[in-house]
Amino acid sequence: MSMSARFDYLLRLGDDALFLGQQLGLWTGHGPVLEEDIALTNIGLDQIGQARAWLTLAGRAENKGRDEDALAFHRDQSEFRNALLCERPNGHFGDTIVRQFLFDAYAVPLHAGLSLSNDPEMAAIARKSAKESAYHLRHSRAWMTRLGDGTEESHTKVQDSLNALLPYVGDLFFSDDVTSTASQEGWGVDPANLREAWEATLIDTLSESQLTRPQPVPEQFGGRAGHHTEQLSFLLAEMQVLPRTYPDAKW
Amino acid sequence: MRNADDWLTLLKDVPDPEIPVLNVVEMGIVRDVQCNEEDVLVNITPTYMGCPAMDAIADDIREKLSPMAALEGRGLRVDLVYAPAWTTDWLSEGALAKLEAYGIAPPGKTTDKRAIHGEAQSVRCPKCKSHNTEMVSLFGSTACKAHYRCNDCAEPFDHFKCI
Repeated sequence: MSMSARFDYLLRLGDDALFLGQQLGLWTGHGPVLEEDIALTNIGLDQIGQARAWLTLAGRAENKGRDEDALAFHRDQSEFRNALLCERPNGHFGDTIVRQFLFDAYAVPLHAGLSLSNDPEMAAIARKSAKESAYHLRHSRAWMTRLGDGTEESHTKVQDSLNALLPYVGDLFFSDDVTSTASQEGWGVDPANLREAWEATLIDTLSESQLTRPQPVPEQFGGRAGHHTEQLSFLLAEMQVLPRTYPDAKW
Repeated sequence: MRNADDWLTLLKDVPDPEIPVLNVVEMGIVRDVQCNEEDVLVNITPTYMGCPAMDAIADDIREKLSPMAALEGRGLRVDLVYAPAWTTDWLSEGALAKLEAYGIAPPGKTTDKRAIHGEAQSVRCPKCKSHNTEMVSLFGSTACKAHYRCNDCAEPFDHFKCI
């Protein structure tokens, strides 16, 4: 039980980072300005690096000989455990910034919590990732302000992005048997405990960016149980086609 | 047979692929070397989780040291470790000076809390040494750098992010 909870939990961590990284990578050559092209792909690179580390640990926890690549490229849609937020499409620049901001505001307390894990490998990855997520939040939060407190057009667009994406944060704070085992045994954190810090960052950021919080709508859940939106199949098709068509290909 | 210190000295001939003015030991990427009768083990740690240079660095180390280890009848292993997390504080004073001479403004010390938050940090232009500089972007040409501009000599330059 404990082993399989650990495998599941590590997949959640790894898959969130994997799909954010994959999608940020799609901005290569498409950023609104050169600096942002570089920034988004740099953040994507950090996410891919974190995904590699978490998925490597996940493979070891599963103990069936699967490495990071096997887990990224040879699982089917229902086997992925990422939050639905992380598979929302890139959309326009504002959509990507809001998606990243909502995630970064969660990643900062997540990595701080995991830094105290009694699993030394998880704690080490979290301490390293914590430095990166703090830097990412600084970037995404600054853009929330620039867009929200910018022109009428940028404000309207980013407010629409926020309204559309906010319901998808549900999975980030979703607790179940896996997360309660993780927190009880001391190697993981209960995501429900991260909500307060996330809320505080959200409230501060909305006030400095002239954005308003939309009326609450029911939050979306499912990613942690492998129930995904259509968007994930498009992402997987593109991400997995090469290693599945040419197994063991090297470049 | 060579001991761990000998191997460490040899590793000083392996340059960082992105910043060739520094070697992988000066960068703090090589954490330690352990050896026994059969194996030489080099532990390396990434500057950033996704640093794409890590695979190249591991290859460079293997290419340089494997033949020498083989001559002693030993194998060579390069392992990636994450703890303790890499910090710019591991760059030696000599390394900081080399960075500046190469045109990259070196990082400050992380004990300066303002540096961690990226606030009120005075970054000196590596070309004209003016402190009248401004950040263009939090992100630069590699994961470990931010992009700056000098307001006096107008030189754009990289700043090694302080983490």
